[in-house]
Amino acid sequence: MEKPVIIGAGMVPVGEHWRLSLRDIAVEALLNAMDDAGIDKVDSLYVGNMASGSFIEQENLGALIADWAGLGHIPAVKIESACASGGAAVQEGTKAVMSGLEDVVAVVGVEKMTDAWPSDATRYLAYAADADWELFHGASFVALNALLMRLYMKEHGYTEEDLAHFAVNAHANGSKNPYAMFKRPITVDTVLKSPYIADPLKLFDASPVCDGAAAVIITSKEKARELGVPKEKMVEVAGFGRAIDTINLANREDLLTLTAAKIAAERAYKMAGVTAKDIDFFEVHDAFTIMAALSLEAIGVAEKGKGALVAREGQIAIDGDYPIQTMGGLKSRGHPVGATGVYQTVEAVLQLRGEAPEGIQVPDAEVGLTQNIGGTGSNITINILRRV
Amino acid sequence: MGKPMQVARHWRHFGEKYRLVGGKCENGHVFFPGREVCPICGSRNVEPFEFSGKGKVISWTLVRNPPSGFEYYKPYPLALVQLEEGPVVLAQLTDVEPDQIDFGMEVEMVTRKVREFDEDGIILYSYKFRPVLK
Repeated sequence: MEKPVIIGAGMVPVGEHWRLSLRDIAVEALLNAMDDAGIDKVDSLYVGNMASGSFIEQENLGALIADWAGLGHIPAVKIESACASGGAAVQEGTKAVMSGLEDVVAVVGVEKMTDAWPSDATRYLAYAADADWELFHGASFVALNALLMRLYMKEHGYTEEDLAHFAVNAHANGSKNPYAMFKRPITVDTVLKSPYIADPLKLFDASPVCDGAAAVIITSKEKARELGVPKEKMVEVAGFGRAIDTINLANREDLLTLTAAKIAAERAYKMAGVTAKDIDFFEVHDAFTIMAALSLEAIGVAEKGKGALVAREGQIAIDGDYPIQTMGGLKSRGHPVGATGVYQTVEAVLQLRGEAPEGIQVPDAEVGLTQNIGGTGSNITINILRRV
Repeated sequence: MGKPMQVARHWRHFGEKYRLVGGKCENGHVFFPGREVCPICGSRNVEPFEFSGKGKVISWTLVRNPPSGFEYYKPYPLALVQLEEGPVVLAQLTDVEPDQIDFGMEVEMVTRKVREFDEDGIILYSYKFRPVLK
């Protein structure tokens, strides 16, 4: 089966968009992607979003966004997989094209988080955990990641400083991305001096609460040629995989292995016909520094227990062996939860077209991997994109 | 948080939350909480199983920015406790100073208030774990 291609990508800067609503930013990102593709209509819309019902009392985003973007009576649906909703929506859009049922598909990821009171936002994010057995006991998402961080440091002999390198790298890259929320480089000291929010996890180990929307247009190669899209603008969805793990962290067979990422990656590598060694850059889900370390291990970049070493030795920088978070990652670009997977996709498309901002373009990038985590590793998507 | 009409939702879990009742399948696998299908072998022949309530701390944190509804209690220690029968549970620790908590600390289950809602709202109780009394 011929692999679909992404022919358009658009986004809005991640931040605190007090003047804009969810529909405003979603429509803007979507229209940017359509303009980029040079089209004015699509056959269907997939919306990646985690918790609009909780954050802004709005569900039915398929209808809302298609309506406000003036897309007519197309089919439109919301895809939810917690923070992996964006990555999952890209996959559903891709599958729709591969099935042959839909020719030109739009995928938009959107989240509007800053309209909620901070402790309520913390509560809504924890809805991705197990309500009866985690949130019930007062567990926040940060707290669950802190439990993993402490265990990881003990098992493998790391310090808080070792993990801080992930945040430093993310900010170094994000400082060059005009769409990033935090455009300031930081040092290891910045991370270590930031306050604990759930010990041993500190403020600068965590990604921010924010607003954002990103969109891509997916179609078949045949249709892309018909539309007159030049080859250098096409990026192939070469492979993808998705898997779940126990929703309740305590029930995990091995607390320090992201088994869902491992399985999803195996599926994606097989479909794309590549291994981790063939990937030129990785957009991993660093909602917390500990997740970056565990992700590198799960997707085959580092051996078990060696994820943090990769960061310490500088291999994750743009000119390293395994560049990650090339546009700032969740930590610096920002993590508008349900939109994140689509931001990663847009950023990978820019990298593969050679259109990344100066200083963060990975030279001659041909293959990129995006990894999007929902829950504490309970629902993970991996997408592999390739230059056509 | 307002007054939740969720009495049934919490009442359903009295067995688990007051007595630490989980499940045991026909092949001897024990798990917590109880469920229809054994998460280890897939057996559907599952019976209730009451855990001893004894365990060890395998990781812990101090929640300083809690989800709404828990602000009054902050900061509070939250831990992963491995029960002596094997399964791991997430719970708050109680009757302990944060700097006393350590890997492998022996703990036992006690029943404590988890949170209350408004004046007229329900009060939730459940298991927490405290250092074993010698």
